[in-house]
Amino acid sequence: MSEPRPPTSARHRPGPLLPKDRSRDFALHFVVATLCFLACLAGVGALAADRAAQGWSRDIRGEATVQVRPKANETGAAAAARAAEVLAGVKGVQEASALEREKAEALLRPWLGDTPLDDLPIPHLVAVKLDPAAPAKAADLRRALEKAGVDGSVDDHALWLKDVEAAAAWVRVAALALFALLTAAAGAVIAFATRTGMAAARDVVEVLHLSGARDDFIAGLFQRRYAWLAAVAGLWGAGAAALVSAGLKALAESGGLTPALPLAWGDLIAVSPWPLVAATVAAIAARLTTMRLLREFA
Amino acid sequence: MSRKAATPSASPATVKAAKPEPVVRFDTVGMRYGRAPEVLKDVAFTLAPGSFHFLTGPSGAGKSSLLKLIYLAARPSRGRVELFGHDVAQVPRRDQPFLRRRIGVVFQEFRLLEHLSAFDNAALPLRLSGQKPAAYQDDVRELLGWVGLGKRMHAMPAALSGGEKQRLAIARAVVNRPELLRADEPTGNVDHEMAVKILRLFLELNRLGTTVLIASHDRELVEASGMPVLALNEGKLKRLKPGTSA
Repeated sequence: MSEPRPPTSARHRPGPLLPKDRSRDFALHFVVATLCFLACLAGVGALAADRAAQGWSRDIRGEATVQVRPKANETGAAAAARAAEVLAGVKGVQEASALEREKAEALLRPWLGDTPLDDLPIPHLVAVKLDPAAPAKAADLRRALEKAGVDGSVDDHALWLKDVEAAAAWVRVAALALFALLTAAAGAVIAFATRTGMAAARDVVEVLHLSGARDDFIAGLFQRRYAWLAAVAGLWGAGAAALVSAGLKALAESGGLTPALPLAWGDLIAVSPWPLVAATVAAIAARLTTMRLLREFA
Repeated sequence: MSRKAATPSASPATVKAAKPEPVVRFDTVGMRYGRAPEVLKDVAFTLAPGSFHFLTGPSGAGKSSLLKLIYLAARPSRGRVELFGHDVAQVPRRDQPFLRRRIGVVFQEFRLLEHLSAFDNAALPLRLSGQKPAAYQDDVRELLGWVGLGKRMHAMPAALSGGEKQRLAIARAVVNRPELLRADEPTGNVDHEMAVKILRLFLELNRLGTTVLIASHDRELVEASGMPVLALNEGKLKRLKPGTSA
């Protein structure tokens, strides 16, 4: 309780019209900060997943494999070498090399184990590295092989590419859904907090209402309170998410996990608008809730 | 203005000035809560500008309901309530605050904001009407001095006595010089000496032009005042002779 002070002629600073409730405000801070933290992590994760998917697509799009079938009077290795020579000259191809039998066997080992492969008809493959700026199309490669009289089938990995792109699209949709869910949850929490805040301060609100306060003035009090609270909580949540993301990036770099978790330092900037987003969601939720509740007053 | 000027060609404003609108007009007003019986039945009265009335009646007679209708905290179930010439049923919600600002309200249970100082409580209506502290702080200090709270203006309500709270509630009600002051049992929590002081305060405000309506159980005070009385009993209103009580 403040002690009476003698009146002064100094400029008066009026107290806040809404009473503070530190225990509820602290709990709300914690919940909103946690939601912001999760949303920021979801955002950063989505950026990393998108980058990883783009990398996989680029890798797949930049390569093609040709399986060569040798002629009757020709060895498989010779046919593959001839095909590689032909393909290397096609526009849009950076490099083409026949896959040695040992390398082809190594590729099959994970599936066939230690089984002797001497008698197995290992396919004769040519690995083609395409120009990323203007890659040759599968049809171009086929035409070149036909023209040179090489019997081979071209696989431009289109099937894989389709799957990878579909997976990447799902990751993006999942991240957006998570973002929307967390934003809605934050809005619902703020709406609930506004409702309980108004219930706790019902007497105050009623006195303001009956003393001539406009509905939008009272709504503005709650709107500013919760927007500020959410902005501060958002700052904490976003800051924590940035720290965790930075830690993950450092771990990924030191552990060689960057291809699996390709975080960039720039991704950490993506969390910066979050305090503003949280404040905006809170302001809208608080305003709508207050305006609706004020209609209960005559 | 001479009588000659008040011709049929005179402007509506001129006619209005000649016969001012009642501050409050109730016309066959009935009010009920939900499906319960009516608490107010065919209530009809007017309060002329600058008048002073007491509202008396036993508990449950409908005094609080009538007062609620006057400060727009409730709506009539039937009939017509006019404030300052406006039919309150026709006033859009967004305009109601401007009507409320013309009414000073002293609640029976004070309803001070416990988290604000006496000064901020008293200044509340001015603050809500958009005035800056620099514009009102001297007036509020002067008013608090007038009601005897000059040295208590920085105290919180919880630190004030019953009488001080009452005077603070009155200061809040009159700080923006309302055209109508309505008080619900303003002397209910104070001793007789303080009750007389508060009555003098209301009479002084009335002398300055404020229309005053006070709900009170205090027969002695009502009779001593010599002011007209509106008596409510079982939801029905009748006017008593000045200085008498039901």
